Formats: sequence, C-alpha cells, structure tokens
Amino acid sequence: MTQVSININGKQVSADVENRTLLVHFIREQAGLTGTHVGCDSSSCGVCTVLLDGDTPVKSCTLFAAMVQGREVTTVESLAPGSALHPLQQAFWDQHGLQCGYCTPGMLMVSVALLKQNPNPSELEIREGLSGNLCRCTGYNNIVKAVQQAAQMMSAPVLAAADD
Amino acid sequence: MFPANFEYVRTHSADEAFAALQQHGYDGRVLAGGQSLIPAMRYRLARPAVLIDINPIKDLEYLREEDGFLCIGATTRDAALEFSKVVLERYSLITSVSKVVADPIVRHMGTVVGSICHNDPAGDWTATALASRAIMVVRGKNGVRHISIDDFLLDSYTTAVEEGEMALEVRIPIPDAHTQGSYQKIERKVGDYATCAAAVQISLNEDGTIRDSGIAITASGPIAMRVSAAEALLRGQKPSLELIKAASLEAPKIASPNPDQRGSADYKRDMTRVLVGRGIRESLERLGVSL
Repeated sequence: MTQVSININGKQVSADVENRTLLVHFIREQAGLTGTHVGCDSSSCGVCTVLLDGDTPVKSCTLFAAMVQGREVTTVESLAPGSALHPLQQAFWDQHGLQCGYCTPGMLMVSVALLKQNPNPSELEIREGLSGNLCRCTGYNNIVKAVQQAAQMMSAPVLAAADD
Repeated sequence: MFPANFEYVRTHSADEAFAALQQHGYDGRVLAGGQSLIPAMRYRLARPAVLIDINPIKDLEYLREEDGFLCIGATTRDAALEFSKVVLERYSLITSVSKVVADPIVRHMGTVVGSICHNDPAGDWTATALASRAIMVVRGKNGVRHISIDDFLLDSYTTAVEEGEMALEVRIPIPDAHTQGSYQKIERKVGDYATCAAAVQISLNEDGTIRDSGIAITASGPIAMRVSAAEALLRGQKPSLELIKAASLEAPKIASPNPDQRGSADYKRDMTRVLVGRGIRESLERLGVSL
C-alpha cells in the first residue's frame, strides 16, 4: 500500500491504495469522479484521457496513481463547473459530435489540450491530435467539426472585445 | 486487467535510483514512462517485483546538443522531441519518427530511452537509433559505460543493461549539412504496432557520392536490425534509381517477420524492401538529389 495524494480538479484527494492502482481507478473510485471512463483498458482507445499538470494529456489507464503523487489532474468534470457548458461541450452538442457518448470524455480532454497548444488547428492537425482516441459511432467527422467550432468560439471573445 | 502487485520505490535523483537498483538486484526494474511496461504488466507478460520510478528525476529530463551529439535523458518524453525546434530544424529522421511513435497522447508519457531499453521487436526508436548510430550511456557498478547501439540491442526485450545497471541517456550524432533521413512506417491504425517500418539516414560527400548511410528495419524479426549489406552497397556510390533498388533488395534477405493479422510473412518481408527503398529515396530528396 502507498499513500497517494493528488490534486484533482483543484481538490486534494488522498488515499492509501495498492501500488498497482491505476490512475483511472483512483479517479473513479477514490475521487468518485466517474466521467473518466475505462474503455479498452490497454492504452489504445483514449477514453480515459485526463490532463496532467494542466495541459499534458495522458491515458490514465496506463499510469499508476503513485506516479502522479503530488501532481495535478484535470478531468472532464472540471469543464463545466456550473450549468453553462464549456465551448467544446457546446460544440459537441451543436455538431452532433457524439452518439453513445462513451468516448466523449476522452475526446473532450484531448481537444482541450490540443486547443491550448494550438488555438487554430487545421482539420488535419485536429485529426492527428485526436488520432489516439477511438470512436465507434460517429465516423469522426462531426467530432472534427465540433473541435473546429470550439476553436472559433474560444477565440471569438477576443475578436468581439477588439470590435468594441 | 490489473497487474500483479509490486513494491514501489519513488526516486528523485539518479543516485537514489541507482542505489535502489543495487539494493533490489534482479527484482528491481526501472519505471520510466511506463507506456510499454504497464500494459505488459497488465497482460501479466511482465511481473517485476520492485518498480523503481524515475519519473520524478528532473535532472534526467533534458534534450541538449553537446560534444557533437543530441543527448536525450532517461525521462525525456517522446513529445519533447516532436515539438523541439532544434530537432525540427536539423534532424529529419527524428522528426519523421517522432510523429508516428504510438499515438499523440502516449507520446506525452513515453520516453525515448525507455523505448530503446524495452527493445520491442517492433520498436520505432530502436530502428532509429541504429540508423543514426546512437550511443547508449549506462551507469554500472564500475562507472558509466558508453555502448554503441549495435552492441546494446541483444535480443527481443533484452539489452546490454545488466542487473543493477541503469540507462541514463541516448546520444545521437548531430547530422551535418549533408545528412538527411526518413522514417517509413506501415501501421493498421495510429498506435498499433508497426506492420513493418524502416529507418534511413544518408550522408553525402561534396561530390554527391554517398559517404555513409544508416539503414534499419523493425517489426521484421526478433529485434530491429541493421541492413549492413545495403549500407555497404551505397557507400561511395553516386545515387541512382538502380542503386536504390539494389540496396532495398538487401532488406528482405535478413528479415524474418512473423505472420499475424497485420499481414503474412511474405508480405511483411516484401514491405522491408519497399520501405527501405522509399526511405533512401526520401532521404536523397531531402538532400536535394534529383533521381
């Protein structure tokens, strides 16, 4: 057993867990945040993607919780703390970027990281950025459109302010 | 799928990690990015008794040019190379491989040194290290050893790192202005093991003849392999389509791929020829050679 303390979405979560506890299970079972899903369970599908230390997307099924001791993790629950959707969530809604929704938490988190790193990605850059995430419903086109819409929405306030 | 349990040792310096390796001997295993080791543990293909976590060692996370080499530390992530300005400007082989290793998320955790030490039969970095003639820096009981990549890669999942030793760094010779490379990979989908891949680097003399080359294939046998016969064929020659064809025909002669869902052995063997040919051709194009 090892004592692990991780800041998840701004809240410190501490627990004694087995050394072999994977980060995704720490998030779901210790922090009770079940938005982060377990999919392939073998780092292929990306549904378990969370952000490490603010902007680094990682597959939480392929990290031991102990490796993240003392660090910050951001999960999908942080995107809309109130009732207003995050621009990416709104865009997935508007563009029908999900059907069953199982892959969506991972798609959203990797998109958050992508847009932080590259606020105006080309379609190819989006497709490459999402290439570690699998979706068996949408055929990806609407997910790409959603990320494009979010990129526009997220840069829009700056433009609006410039117009004033 | 849960891995078997293990003892976990978190280390904050190379000295601490090395001491832990001495203490645990055969039972100890270094945990870097874990992107190969953790899945292997989950499938119970690996069952280390003690994991020595080197991720917190900030001193080993670096990428710098020094004494004619690009030095990559043991905890430097694949993504650090992918987004490095220095790498993008001067290292065409590394630039082309760093975009196709695993997938973009895995590249944020996976490490170059860890991948070479894992020595997967389908490893991208092992083939790249062969083509670029890398040197591994390993700390052992009697000090630091420098091992050429050819002597480092012994067999599937087996390297020259001995019990109680630890790889600290990989050094890649800085390519001069007359050196270019290319990485060619066939994969079913992003993140899958390569169906077949080839790493190529070519250096030209002032007169346009080939001074030297590095050619390696991976996912084509028990280990990434140097195609020495192709390198020998190219040396001193003027580039031509006939020469590329002759060199690429050497790759299938040493390939011994396993048939699987990715393709038959015959198909994969023939792809070593195709990819080596494409790699040589693209390297020459990047050198401004018109064929």
